[in-house]
Amino acid sequence: MNYLNNFNIDSIKVIDKSEYPTKGQKKNKVTENIDDLFKELNIKDGSVLSFHHHLRNGDHVTNLILKQVQKLGIKDITLVASSLFPTNKELIPLLKDGTIKNVVASYISGELAEAISHGELKGNIIMQSHGGRARSIANGELKIDVAFIASPSSDDKGNISGVNGINSCGSMGYAIADSMMSEKVVAVTDSLVEYPNYPTDITEDYVDHILLVDSIGLKSGIVSGTTQVTKDPIGLKIAKDTLKVMEASGLLKEGFSYQSGAGGISLAVTSFLRDYMLENDLKGGFASGGITGYLTDMLEEGLFESLYDVQCFDLEAIESLKKNPTHLRMSASQYGNPEVSAVVDNLDIVILGATEIDTDFNVNVMTGSHGMLMGGSGGHQDTAAGSKLSIIVSKLFSSRIPLIKDKVDVITTPGTTVDVLVTERGICVNPLRQDLIKQFNEAKLNVVDIKELKEYSEEIMGKAKPIEKTDRVIGISEYRDGKILDYIYEVK
Amino acid sequence: MYKTLLFMPGNNPGMLVSSDVLGTDAVLIDLEDAVAINEKDAARVLVVEYLKTFKNQTDVFVRINPLDTPFFYDDLDAIIDSEIEGIVLPKASVESMEALDKYLTEKNSDFKIIGLIETSLGLEMAMEILSKSKKVIGVLLGAEDLTLDLGAKRTKESEEIAYARSKIIAISKALQIEAIDTPFTDTDDYEGLKKDSLNAKDLGMTGKALISPRHVDIVNNVFAPSQAEIEYALRVVEGQKEAIQIGLGAFSLDGKMVDAPIIKRALNLLKMSGDYKEEYDELLK
Repeated sequence: MNYLNNFNIDSIKVIDKSEYPTKGQKKNKVTENIDDLFKELNIKDGSVLSFHHHLRNGDHVTNLILKQVQKLGIKDITLVASSLFPTNKELIPLLKDGTIKNVVASYISGELAEAISHGELKGNIIMQSHGGRARSIANGELKIDVAFIASPSSDDKGNISGVNGINSCGSMGYAIADSMMSEKVVAVTDSLVEYPNYPTDITEDYVDHILLVDSIGLKSGIVSGTTQVTKDPIGLKIAKDTLKVMEASGLLKEGFSYQSGAGGISLAVTSFLRDYMLENDLKGGFASGGITGYLTDMLEEGLFESLYDVQCFDLEAIESLKKNPTHLRMSASQYGNPEVSAVVDNLDIVILGATEIDTDFNVNVMTGSHGMLMGGSGGHQDTAAGSKLSIIVSKLFSSRIPLIKDKVDVITTPGTTVDVLVTERGICVNPLRQDLIKQFNEAKLNVVDIKELKEYSEEIMGKAKPIEKTDRVIGISEYRDGKILDYIYEVK
Repeated sequence: MYKTLLFMPGNNPGMLVSSDVLGTDAVLIDLEDAVAINEKDAARVLVVEYLKTFKNQTDVFVRINPLDTPFFYDDLDAIIDSEIEGIVLPKASVESMEALDKYLTEKNSDFKIIGLIETSLGLEMAMEILSKSKKVIGVLLGAEDLTLDLGAKRTKESEEIAYARSKIIAISKALQIEAIDTPFTDTDDYEGLKKDSLNAKDLGMTGKALISPRHVDIVNNVFAPSQAEIEYALRVVEGQKEAIQIGLGAFSLDGKMVDAPIIKRALNLLKMSGDYKEEYDELLK
């Protein structure tokens, strides 16, 4: 359209009849030959390859593709995976031989994470939030050469659906930015279906190639049959007190919005919330995040108007996404990208976990008590920042190690965005939220000073030994806006 | 008055540490059935260390082993200096109650006793057994062992223990001690628990022993007086205060005569709800 400002438009040459387009089919996108596909993709040393984690620990695609990269002798790949799981331990040799140089992820666990913590990566690991990842891809900060989209089903033009196919995973929110912004997009599927494949998570206009494979994953590792509320009495006690916190905050009113994780305590909070809503004839607006059967049941009971789903955690959620029009898909960008209008900014309450919290309310969900990578922000940073009330739920001790520290190992979520900590021995409120302290005191909740609770827990269990780390920085914990929150050090 | 008394295995440090955050009125640390015979010593040491180290915010009783085991006096010797409320005496008999009372008296201990009635002989002699010590504050019905002894089938409906419940309740009222119902053993059947607890409460039990922390809230709610009951009891008490002032022996409330049993019931209810005041001691004199 650069003719618009051309004042000599009649000087532009009209094409000759011989150049007229011919009618016909576009090139076939489907191949079963990974070698031929790789020749077309032109992956080379230093390429940036991306993957999503909707198949979680059942994923076969990441390992399959990267082993092909290794086979071709390509080195120094930057692996951009929304998350990596224990199944990705097969990639450890690829760190050692230099196939993979850098890793960018929002969550990483298992032996691969431990190998990286021990310094096996030649380059760096960058840990982002889900919203931060979408932001960096969408604004071009993180340029992806090829996105390999594990696709539970695709037609031959590349319309990808997460709810069809034997390895269905539900919503594919974490793959959307990759599919829109990557140089090339490959749908990797084991279920090629009739055109058009619907409901569509990623449409054909974004997909360049379709690689048909025997299996993209193992269903049992992709979703759990049913997610379970904790039966642990301490977890239940924390969940009950969390409901009291929510009530005392004044936010539990008609049309409120809510998000919680799929951990046992978080699910218990959701379960108690359901009872509360039924008893008080209360209807919420939306619930969001990773969706479980508990939330889809509440949607069907009319307790929420809609669900915003970035990933499905169980089979019930997948079924609901397929049939219920008020169960809405959302991309990671719509979920938590800080540079655009995002769902998290409309959240009233979020329930989050923590492996460590310090007396300034900074939270670590990235490394464990041994200092090794075993998690990541996921949506932690995004929802804490966006919500009106962010609540951390956790037991005061985990395997005799106190939760509250003077300083957390790695800051994943800054304390300035964390409002409340609920433990079995009291409720700590961030001093930045004097309004909440007043409300909770009026409601006669057991509000305790986080420093006093830290002292109490150390009195009982003693102070945890410092984690032994080297001086070598192996990566960074990035905030959702791209700023660096903290360094990640190599573990001895 | 204890609405809920939660058993905690004496060999589980994780559960002991958290025992006082569960909302139960009393914790019954168990050295008897929950602890295997080869773990008795270890559990005893653990419990003593736990009681030394932690200040439990809830009233604690320890269920010791019965008199006919080698552990009865070992248990007592170990815990005698601990800061607990008292002892749960299993398989309470005249002999074991006398032995326990004698031991505590000799040690100048102010431990209280909850007698656990769980044999047919114990049930039939409960009045005598429980009268053997002034330290007895409550009687706990142990229906699992009792039904075994009776050769009765234990059911959720609990008709087989109707007689035992009523007998225990009658004796507890006669002795002015707490009547504590047997635990409901299906940890996942909350509806059944509620029904069973309501039944026990309606018969006259003042509280219930529990074996699952997940049962605490339901049973607390069942045994807690309702707001309407508390308000009525307060009106009875106020009416009685007024009646005493103007020299009336009895008075009328909502068209019904209020006499000593109704006042007693109101006072008991206020004790349970936590609304009892010292000044009410005068009302029945």
